[in-house]
Amino acid sequence: MAYTAADLRKGLKIEIDGIPYEVTEFQFVKPGKGQAMYKCRIKNMIAGNTMEKTFRSVDKIDQPNIESKTLAFSYQEGDKYIFMDNKTYEQVELHKDVLAGQHHFLLEDLECEVLFFNGRAMSVTLPAFVIKEIKETEPGARGDTATNVLKPAKIDTGYEIGVPLFINQGDFIRIDTRTGKYVERVKQS
Amino acid sequence: MRPRPADSDALRQQRRVLELRAKLHAAIRCFFVERGFLEVTTPLILPANAPETHIDAIAAGTGWLRTSPELAMKRLLAAGHEAIFQLGPCFRAGEQGRWHHPEFMMLEWYRAPAGYLDILADTKALLAFVTTELRGGTDFSWQGKSLSCAQDMWEKYTVSQAFIQFAGWDPAVRFDADRFDLDLVTRVEPGLPMDRPVVLLDYPTPQASLARRKPDDPARAERWELYLGGAELANAYSELNDPVEQRTRFAEANAARQRRGESAYPLDEAFLAALAEMPPAGGIALGVDRLLMILADADSLDEVLPFRHG
Repeated sequence: MAYTAADLRKGLKIEIDGIPYEVTEFQFVKPGKGQAMYKCRIKNMIAGNTMEKTFRSVDKIDQPNIESKTLAFSYQEGDKYIFMDNKTYEQVELHKDVLAGQHHFLLEDLECEVLFFNGRAMSVTLPAFVIKEIKETEPGARGDTATNVLKPAKIDTGYEIGVPLFINQGDFIRIDTRTGKYVERVKQS
Repeated sequence: MRPRPADSDALRQQRRVLELRAKLHAAIRCFFVERGFLEVTTPLILPANAPETHIDAIAAGTGWLRTSPELAMKRLLAAGHEAIFQLGPCFRAGEQGRWHHPEFMMLEWYRAPAGYLDILADTKALLAFVTTELRGGTDFSWQGKSLSCAQDMWEKYTVSQAFIQFAGWDPAVRFDADRFDLDLVTRVEPGLPMDRPVVLLDYPTPQASLARRKPDDPARAERWELYLGGAELANAYSELNDPVEQRTRFAEANAARQRRGESAYPLDEAFLAALAEMPPAGGIALGVDRLLMILADADSLDEVLPFRHG
């Protein structure tokens, strides 16, 4: 299957020279007497860098073989993270690098969106928020409800995170996995 | 009656754009009437447009909406009217984007006896006039960048110079249509100065369209294009008035259309018959919506077309 330039839009995934790209910006251009073209910014879905690419309306654009699966995190073994497809019970092993730093926020049975390109895992998207227990921090300053002054704390994976002064060891907090930042304290029953 | 949000920002913004357009149209008319041009009105629905390889017309009734008033205005030149202008809508199928809309306001003017450099002098004076009317001077800012339309700021490149400098080849020596379009958009246009009007002139003959070839250099045609703020604003010719050569060019454009899988267009025989009577003339088409967009300090045509159809 191939796309034509008329299919181009923000968010479309395409393949050029064996590399999958996502279109992040596109603009219709047409010199007065010339042909219609589409000036795009495209993002390399593996390396993450972006570049400019102009397509003519006659160009055929390859469609990448990308598959998205929802997988639940199971356990870790060194640099390997084992996920489970809860529908097929198939185990999938992802290298730490594919998680791009988000391995700190994994929890047992956490469902993640994994993108495969030609059968190889390419990227993992965690839920936007996860709840983690504080394993290590200075004792909380009782009554200090300010949220703009932060102190260091550690979660189970050793990830260091800034939390407000009132947070204690054993508290549960919500973390934004996209920024890696503290959101709020949660009452865990 | 539904109460109107009299002071809403959206309404104020729309009012500002409507007023600017009205002022721009009035300034254009004032400019040409003072110079002895006659404002003309020609049909919107035509039995035939000028066939162009990459311009598609919108069908209407038994014919098409005009993609340009050019052929009708040349018939008026041939009939003996020597300085004419027209401000009116044109229609081109499938053109939609930051700088494009299928229905757009075109300004065209023609005069005889004249050539493309006489039209360039008109255009310099026109831009100086309308920028002063709408922005209080020839120097103003557009999207945070300064732009000067002072007459001594204009810069000229021949198409050959610009392509050699920015794309590394001369399209007048060996023309390649695909490479020309792609390099124009990806290399040449981004290389042009953004802070002043820039003219690209003397196009390779395969890009002549309705322009006459240079008498001393038949590989190039007397055509120029104006860029302002990096956008293509106008296209001017020393008008071709040889009906035999014009018929051949139309046939070539139709053949190129068919190679693209598009239908050929019928020829306007009344135009071709009149062309032999047309004196040596210069003419130009200028995109008024794009000019308004720049004068209104807008980033896209969206902001100056209140009824834009998506």
